[in-house]
Amino acid sequence: MTDLLLRLGCVLAAFLVLPLLVGQAEHKVMAHMQGRLGPMQAGGFHGWAQLVADGVKFAQKEDIVPAAADRRVFRLAPAVALLPYLVVLVAIPLGPDELVGQSLDAGIFFVLAVLGVGVLGSLMAGWASANKYALLGALRTAAQLMAYELPLLLAAASVAMAAGTLSLPGVLDAFHWWWVPWQLVGAAVFFTAGLAELQRPPFDAPIAPEEIIFGAYTEYSGLRFALFLLAEYAGIVVLSALTAVLFLGGWHGPAAGRLGWLWMLLKTGALSFAVIWARVAWPRLRADQIQRFAWTALVPLALAQIALTGTLRVVTA
Amino acid sequence: MTGRELLSPSGQDVVFVLVGLVTLGAAVLCVTSRHLVHAALWLVVALGGIAVHYLLLTAEFVAWVQVLIYLGSVVVLVLFGLMLTRAPIGPSPEADSRNRPVALVVALAAAGVLVTLLVDAFRTTWIDLDTPHGTSRQVGDGLFRAWVLPFEALSVLLLAALVGAIVLSRRPGKRPEGGER
Repeated sequence: MTDLLLRLGCVLAAFLVLPLLVGQAEHKVMAHMQGRLGPMQAGGFHGWAQLVADGVKFAQKEDIVPAAADRRVFRLAPAVALLPYLVVLVAIPLGPDELVGQSLDAGIFFVLAVLGVGVLGSLMAGWASANKYALLGALRTAAQLMAYELPLLLAAASVAMAAGTLSLPGVLDAFHWWWVPWQLVGAAVFFTAGLAELQRPPFDAPIAPEEIIFGAYTEYSGLRFALFLLAEYAGIVVLSALTAVLFLGGWHGPAAGRLGWLWMLLKTGALSFAVIWARVAWPRLRADQIQRFAWTALVPLALAQIALTGTLRVVTA
Repeated sequence: MTGRELLSPSGQDVVFVLVGLVTLGAAVLCVTSRHLVHAALWLVVALGGIAVHYLLLTAEFVAWVQVLIYLGSVVVLVLFGLMLTRAPIGPSPEADSRNRPVALVVALAAAGVLVTLLVDAFRTTWIDLDTPHGTSRQVGDGLFRAWVLPFEALSVLLLAALVGAIVLSRRPGKRPEGGER
């Protein structure tokens, strides 16, 4: 029992710390890529406490619910958007020898299923705001989710086929280095589709500030808005960690017995960096371009990856 | 066997009944709510409750598939459809049809058939909850060895539905001159 509580406590700590690190990294990385400094004042050294200051600011702001809004759904939406990421972190292995919150038999299905629930939060927010921009954002969110859920699942299924198991620690136990080139297409599809599900640039048409203000989150202020932002950063952490586990070998690396957790964190961090980089590097895709990209590029690529995986499995078996 | 009487339920039995009550309540609210989107959200609670039931019966794989397909996709599709057509905030009484009595009869008939079938099929079978019965390996073995024919029949059915949906959405007659679009 104490063991379980300790594990859950560690997962909660990771959930509270890692998204903030990614958020701070986004401030600084974007700034330096754009030839500026980013936050420099809060906390003294290179503005390390900027997100803490932001949090204090959000907590002080008035929590406004529009008069025409559906109050209960409006208030519930941020929690529905954020909690799935906390739940998902429980199943992601950090190191060898059961260094995981809870080892699940169908872990891949669990994480993808629970991640899909988070989108309900955006939909609830968009509808309950009684704002046409919010509704447009929610519509785009739903359309995007339905388009990208399929390639995401297919790419993950390819890894499950290669490993012969649906459990995330099991996938890592079966990992060999040559999986990386073998599953490379699947990894690209998974990461791209994950980006689209998080609505990160270049797939951020659902929140596109220049067109529809801030999509489903337009009417939010104060802590509830901060929760949506936190959900976005937690989503980056979860997507990077999942990609690292499924396609990059998670804790595998030199001296994995002792330093496995470090490898896992490094791979997660590198992928999070790539997510931030994508925001600076690419312009936003239009909603119809996003749809076409999913159905005409990612789905066929994911199917090709599954065919390749299946062929190699049968040939080598 | 000791500990298997209805009058001395274990913790799991109690949780099962409680989750069942929540599911039932959410389902009733789903069909009685006058707010269209609220009905869809109550559907989320009801379907989630069923997933928890699968978990309690150690059918882990089926539970996650339930969450993935029904909560993650079907309900999102329902909400998408509602938002795309009309989903005003507040009650929408014009959405009520006069088919309520018919719907009630159909629902009761379907429930009666299913309950009779399940009771007749399992009668007093007890399952041992300490050993998992629904791991992905067991489900896969069952699905692709014993039940592969129904599985294939279902996939053909789904394919037919897919083709049918495409045919319906093509709207013949509204095609512009020349045919190509």
